[in-house]
Amino acid sequence: MPTDSVPPFPPPSRERILAARAAHWSRARKLVLVLLGLWLATGFGTVFFARDLAHLSVFGWPLSFYLAAQGASLIYLAIIGAYAWRMRLLDRAYLRMLKDGT
Amino acid sequence: MNKTKNRSYFRRLSRYYLWFTACLGLFLVALTILENEGMPRQWIGHLYMFATIVLYAIIGVVARTSNVSEYYVAGRRVPALFNGMATAADWISAASFISLAGTLYLHGFDALAYVMGWTGGYCLVALLIAPYLRKFAQYTVPDFLAARYGGSEGTGGGDRGNVVRALAVSATIIVSFTYVVAQIYAVGLIASRFTGVDFSVGIFLGLASILVCSFLGGMRAITWTQVAQYIIILVAFSIPTVWLSMKFAGNPVPQVAYGSVLPKLAQREAQLAFDPREQEVRARFQAKADEFSARLAALPQSWEAGRIEAQRRLDAARARNASLGEVRNAERELMAYPRTAEEAARAWTEQRAANLARAQPPEPHAEPFPGATREESDQRRNNFLALVFCLMFGTAALPHILMRAYTTPSVHETRVSVFWTLFFILLIYLTMPALAVLAKYDIYTALVGTGYDKLPTWVSYWANVDKANPLISIADINGDGIVQLAEIAIDGDVLTLATPEIGGLPYVISGLVAAGGLAAALSTADGLLLAISNALSHDIYFKMVDPGASTQKRVTISKLLLLAVAFIAAYVASQKPADILSLVGAAFSLAGSTLFPALVAGVFWKRANHQGAIAGMLAGFLVCVYYMLHTNPILGGSAESAWFHIAPISAGVFGVPAGLAVLAVVSLLTPAPSRESVGLVEHIRAPEEI
Repeated sequence: MPTDSVPPFPPPSRERILAARAAHWSRARKLVLVLLGLWLATGFGTVFFARDLAHLSVFGWPLSFYLAAQGASLIYLAIIGAYAWRMRLLDRAYLRMLKDGT
Repeated sequence: MNKTKNRSYFRRLSRYYLWFTACLGLFLVALTILENEGMPRQWIGHLYMFATIVLYAIIGVVARTSNVSEYYVAGRRVPALFNGMATAADWISAASFISLAGTLYLHGFDALAYVMGWTGGYCLVALLIAPYLRKFAQYTVPDFLAARYGGSEGTGGGDRGNVVRALAVSATIIVSFTYVVAQIYAVGLIASRFTGVDFSVGIFLGLASILVCSFLGGMRAITWTQVAQYIIILVAFSIPTVWLSMKFAGNPVPQVAYGSVLPKLAQREAQLAFDPREQEVRARFQAKADEFSARLAALPQSWEAGRIEAQRRLDAARARNASLGEVRNAERELMAYPRTAEEAARAWTEQRAANLARAQPPEPHAEPFPGATREESDQRRNNFLALVFCLMFGTAALPHILMRAYTTPSVHETRVSVFWTLFFILLIYLTMPALAVLAKYDIYTALVGTGYDKLPTWVSYWANVDKANPLISIADINGDGIVQLAEIAIDGDVLTLATPEIGGLPYVISGLVAAGGLAAALSTADGLLLAISNALSHDIYFKMVDPGASTQKRVTISKLLLLAVAFIAAYVASQKPADILSLVGAAFSLAGSTLFPALVAGVFWKRANHQGAIAGMLAGFLVCVYYMLHTNPILGGSAESAWFHIAPISAGVFGVPAGLAVLAVVSLLTPAPSRESVGLVEHIRAPEEI
């Protein structure tokens, strides 16, 4: 198994590591769940209601065409961006928890 | 300290690639001047082909390596931005670059399923798979599955792991091989269309450049070549599209501009649907289709009668000493005549369908799921959804894409790298629908309605490029001397390739587009070949046959296998296997059904065990293959037996849930996984401690 690099502070107790990991994982899982919900809603909503949205128009595009051609993909990009950003914050919170247990 | 080192490495790389882009610009300017000086087209084609192939070879030589970690995962130090660019090049295949715009042109809204599916898949890659593979930090996808579901010792997996490993390797090879054959085939097509060399010579030229690169430097060389290839792809695709967008919408950003062209296109479509001349041409196609219907109804007598008639015409031509050409024609007709009544039934059904398709008025481009009845429209919507679903899950399970998750310096960089991947893919993919609309508008307004004596030069040029399988054919069906929309038959591939000429740009840009297509095909082929040869050398040879092999030996074996696989793939491609090429779309369903359930359950469900994984992979694979065999006419099935009218390409819509369900049920019925497996799951879930 690959070795993790040594943390730059005195090693925390095993219980504290486990608690921090569990907290991190439950938050990460919640984040993934929310973003997956958004992902599903984007794809399914765009396609399933395409006929109903075709009459609305944004800047000349029929809304359903715009969503399928650009909107959905841009939302996907935003989902991945949000995930990377939030996970970075969660990782930092985890390190803080290891250090001072809060 | 590590951070500053990484940053300076990143800066150095950025500097190299900026230089590279500048040189590409200079090269284009030089070629433009040469073209104005009267350099022939063929030379420009040759120059592009050789310049790019030499470039890839040079990168390959510079980045050569025989270090295991460099060879398999580029030393795990590719910065997120560059890894994203390389993955984007890995992802954008010949089919995306050359055919997607054409597919959008031909199928309108329906084809947007590809755009949605292929971009949405990256959400699954980012959220469910890539970061955990990076935390696992080994070399291949089968590595992960074997370690997770083997669970006897450490990462090796032991004998139990080997069963899972063998299954994952088989899936990797089946999926990647169909895909790589299609890429090499595309290399041959592009080379032969642009430089006039023979198709098989083109294939072997492309093969040479793939080999120099991946043979010498493995993942490391491929990564740096792919970044260069992505830049070529992007430049090649943007220049003509921006030009067209300026021309028709007065706005240099095609993604924004085509909104104003869409309503005009819709108007023109409505006009053409009721144009009397168009209706006349369509009526002729309808009449031909009816004729085939009548013949089909009168089988087998009609087949007998047709054969006798063809024989009689030949005899008559011979008897009256007709010109050699006439006799030859009659002979050819007799030769081409179906040999049996069954063959006739098949051929005539096909021809009837082709004629019927051309007898239809144009479908409105932007309208979702047009259909005669609500039910028909619903079927199209369901198929759209199913295709999107399959493409997404397939994307999230393609080994050559997932392999790239291993190459970044940290888990965080992997997450950011998926973001950059999708960003760079979107730069191309958001432009595709724009290109399709702009080109369609040009063809509908400028080409339709001109006289046959004033056809633009690009039409005659592209009509003659590939005689056996014309990319565009226009014939004056109703004899009025004016082009009608119904008289144009376009192959989707021509759209991207001919865009520069449609817009009136010089041939230099056409050559650049061809170089872009070549880059797209070569970059994907590079990644796929490496995925296959790594699966064979790392997973089969090192992990299963000879675990004591020295690192030197491992890399050498890997290189030899790469060579062998590349030659087999090139040989298969040179046979022009129509059936394999038509199955490339199916690779997504297959990958999704087989690998996706095991990969995701491996991270998110601790209870998933050895037996469950094996059963899930087999079930997904079998359901998927069964559905394809059952419904795909090419494989001997029939479209009537489809479940819920779902097309065979979307077999994954049944395969993925079947795989997941079987994995869950079998896991629950068998003992819980070993402590090692659970420990591994906990390890990959835990955040990095840096």
